[in-house]
Amino acid sequence: MLAYLIRRLFAAAVMLVVIVVVVFCIFFLVPRWAGVDIASSFVGKQADPAAVAAVREKLGLGDPIHVQVWEFFRGVFAGRTYAAGGEVTHCAAPCFGYSFRSEQAVWPVLTDRLPVTLGLALGAAVLWVVVGVAAGVLSALKRGSLWDRGAMVVALAGVSLPIYFTGLLSLAVFAFGLDWLDAQYVPLEQSFTGWLGGMILPWVTLAFLYAAMYARITRATMLEVLGEDYIRTARAKGLREHTVVGKHAMRSTMTPLLTMLGMDLGALIGGAILTESTFNLPGLGRAVLDATRNQDLPVVLGVTLITSLAVLLANLAVDVLYAVIDPRVRLA
Amino acid sequence: MTAFLDVRDLKVHFPTDDGLVKSVDGLSFQLEKGRTLGIVGESGSGKSVTSLAVMGLHTAGQYGRRKARISGEIWLDGTELLAAGPDHVRGLRGREMAMIFQDPLSALHPYYTIGKQIVEAYRIHHDVGAKSARRRAVEMLDRVGIPQPDKRVDSYPHEFSGGMRQRAMIAMSLVNNPELLIADEPTTALDVTVQAQILDLIRDLQREFGSAVVIITHDLGVVAELADDILVMYGGRCVERGPADRVFHEPRHPYTWGLLGSMPRLDRDQQERLVPVKGSPPSLINRPSGCAFHPRCPYADVPKDDVTRTVRPELTEVGGRHWAACHMSAEQQKRIWAEEIAPKL
Amino acid sequence: MTIPERSDSAAPAPVPATVPAEKHDSEALLKVTGLRKHFPIKKGLFQRQAGAVRAVDELDFEVRPGETLGVVGESGCGKSTMGRLITRLLEPTAGTVEFEGRDITHLGVGAMRPLRRDIQMIFQDPYSSLNPRHTIGTIVGAPFGLQRVSPPGGVKKEVQRLLSVVGLNPEHYNRYPHEFSGGQRQRVGIARALALRPKLVVADEPVSALDVSIQAQVVNLLDDLQQDLGLTYVIIAHDLSVVRHVSDRIAVMYLGKIVELADRDSLYRAPLHPYTKALMSAVPIPDPRRKNARGGRVLLNGDVPSPISPPSGCRFHTRCWKATEICGTTEPPLSEVRAGRQVACHHTENPEAPAPPVQRG
Repeated sequence: MLAYLIRRLFAAAVMLVVIVVVVFCIFFLVPRWAGVDIASSFVGKQADPAAVAAVREKLGLGDPIHVQVWEFFRGVFAGRTYAAGGEVTHCAAPCFGYSFRSEQAVWPVLTDRLPVTLGLALGAAVLWVVVGVAAGVLSALKRGSLWDRGAMVVALAGVSLPIYFTGLLSLAVFAFGLDWLDAQYVPLEQSFTGWLGGMILPWVTLAFLYAAMYARITRATMLEVLGEDYIRTARAKGLREHTVVGKHAMRSTMTPLLTMLGMDLGALIGGAILTESTFNLPGLGRAVLDATRNQDLPVVLGVTLITSLAVLLANLAVDVLYAVIDPRVRLA
Repeated sequence: MTAFLDVRDLKVHFPTDDGLVKSVDGLSFQLEKGRTLGIVGESGSGKSVTSLAVMGLHTAGQYGRRKARISGEIWLDGTELLAAGPDHVRGLRGREMAMIFQDPLSALHPYYTIGKQIVEAYRIHHDVGAKSARRRAVEMLDRVGIPQPDKRVDSYPHEFSGGMRQRAMIAMSLVNNPELLIADEPTTALDVTVQAQILDLIRDLQREFGSAVVIITHDLGVVAELADDILVMYGGRCVERGPADRVFHEPRHPYTWGLLGSMPRLDRDQQERLVPVKGSPPSLINRPSGCAFHPRCPYADVPKDDVTRTVRPELTEVGGRHWAACHMSAEQQKRIWAEEIAPKL
Repeated sequence: MTIPERSDSAAPAPVPATVPAEKHDSEALLKVTGLRKHFPIKKGLFQRQAGAVRAVDELDFEVRPGETLGVVGESGCGKSTMGRLITRLLEPTAGTVEFEGRDITHLGVGAMRPLRRDIQMIFQDPYSSLNPRHTIGTIVGAPFGLQRVSPPGGVKKEVQRLLSVVGLNPEHYNRYPHEFSGGQRQRVGIARALALRPKLVVADEPVSALDVSIQAQVVNLLDDLQQDLGLTYVIIAHDLSVVRHVSDRIAVMYLGKIVELADRDSLYRAPLHPYTKALMSAVPIPDPRRKNARGGRVLLNGDVPSPISPPSGCRFHTRCWKATEICGTTEPPLSEVRAGRQVACHHTENPEAPAPPVQRG
């Protein structure tokens, strides 16, 4: 178990290094090959050549590629000092560089916005797991009933309707039409109830999409598990039906759900772009959307790295939990 | 006065999109305590559905679907199970009647230890603490021949070999001293040397516990080893039933002859050629008219007036406690067996 | 039923189905020497190889033209791996496979292609070995396309002829596998294997998924085809009665090794290896009159050990009632103790020839 964990952590670390390098190459080297001058996009549209040259020197854009990769890499893990023409700027680790637009360091921008996204993702996850799994189990147990068909139609709608549709619809109805909720994001530190009020609609909208997927998967897995021989054995022992379903069948149904949950959460930490922009939440998703629009490469890069890290960690957590749930993978 | 297990005119029909599947279609048999009944048949003959129906498990897992239709009577120790409430039957399951299944790997939950699964089976019917239930589990594992039972009780099913798993399964089914044990193909998934061990174990345990045993199998060798009485099923009905010795040595139904002729045998000299039953098993939706076996029966034209194609033969007693459902007269059956079938086996 | 000779072949004329066991000098169709297959097991931080499943270890045997070699053993004995090795579906770890005197052990995919015509395989599960989306005609006719062979009269006609050879209706050409029963599907699998007139057919548990009455039909069909087409079979099965019925010679395997190799009649009359004896006496006898006189039964203890760490010396010694010290230390070689009878045991059963029949029951 321990060796397994160490091996997985080691693999995750290697993976992270690879991701840093690849991401840097995509964001800094590919544009250059494509003929986009990063230094001039940093300076702005009507830049004078001297400023561009200064920036180029400061960011080390004239250095050979491997030096650039190494400097960036070192910046991420150890911090980095930019020095050009007597002006020295220190960027503490983890250094993702400076935003082209606001000229702020990228990392504090990200850490400002991460709590918003985390709150959105985790809150929605709780909601969609509870609702999705419950709906899926009920559908499986009442297969073919009116409830099952109704739930599956709603689930189909949830899976296929885009967030900006369900999101805007819910805003129009609940925030502007009925005026039940406030469409304004309030930081948690300011007011808990205000935060809650602002988050309910985003949560519900995001959870609707995922709950639909989870309900469908839960239903399918549950039906499959209920046909297993060991479920028949459980019944043959004389167990009550709720024990058979709630204990024996649920435990097996959880396994694929766990994998999905890990992946989804990991991906969402990188920002629920549509939800955040629909509800005007200042999270990572919004940040990356704005940055993309403004060709603010350092910010996009930072978010990409955070997303990768989240997915990696989620993967690791899923694998470890797997070993806890399923004794057969313990030695793997 | 009914027998300990008395099944009367049992019918189990499953509605499907293609039509009504008549898995069991009018089956009757009796079984007393201390005796073993072997139910023999090929896939689709209804033998497994019969055992599930006795356990009340024929609808299990059929969530919300069109439910199986069941009719007839199943008497267990004076109680009619089909009329009894589901909770009553559930209380009997695992305590009065228990079941072991074909593939012990898939029949045991992969995520729980062997011990937990046995303890669960015990505590659902006994109001005892976790510790004494665990002691009971260890005791049962020991009884079925698992070495170091106090250690192995904490193993997971995948850590056991196939034979050990089936032993654990048997331990679990016997933990409440059931009066009726149903074994559905208990050795089919096992190697032959392990099969011999398990058959021995079942026989010993039956002697010790004195329960009634139903053993369901496609393997005539297995029933010959264990069963006192044999019931041969074809297309959801019984075609022949009687004491094991008579069914093997004076079988009356052409299908039983076919089964015996299909089987290569180690205990005889090398046969030149097997004598298979021609054709394929019958459809359970559009069952052949008359005798369901007539399209495959080489003697379908022996009885007069096309009766095999029009009239369904009833089980008739052809000797002491020996019944067969065939239109041929007893003399015809005896003659064909003695002259045409027995010499070729 | 007449089968035209293969147009392009220098194949030997069909030989009688049963080759007497003494006929030693006839050249082997298939010769296997020192065949070994170890599946590595990886473990630890750097996925080092921590051991191996020694599925098949040092097999030596021959298959003679026109005979049926039966291979019997329990799960984990390596019989299926052996089948996949000799058909070159698996790459052996060591050893050689010779077909018609030619070493085919390391032939690449391209070089194997012409040989795929000569060596065919029939699989156990008639449900999963046929592609459900293809018609019977496509399935049986596929080998012609793969080998770019155009049979006289066209592929369709040839496929229909093959279907009738295996006892199916030629009009089933356009049907799909799900429309057939298990026995019929196995016939389709056999028709596909026979399409290119192979010399050697390796059948892995060809009847074990079938019902008893259907099993007999397929066994008889394999028998007839061998008579008519002069086929050579290697039939792998766990069912000793089936193996006895179909085989001329039989190899008994245990944990990756052949423990006994003999012609059918002497093997069943007087097994030399204790494991063979135990295996045969474990088969339930379909005769209730014998159940109370089961004195001769040898009941083995325990299960087959893991092929990852097989017991030292003789691999059977942990379950053998005759085992002595030497069995735990020295591995007995497979050696010819009598004409045509090879056994790997330090304490052979029925040592003196002529052995009396085993008293069963």
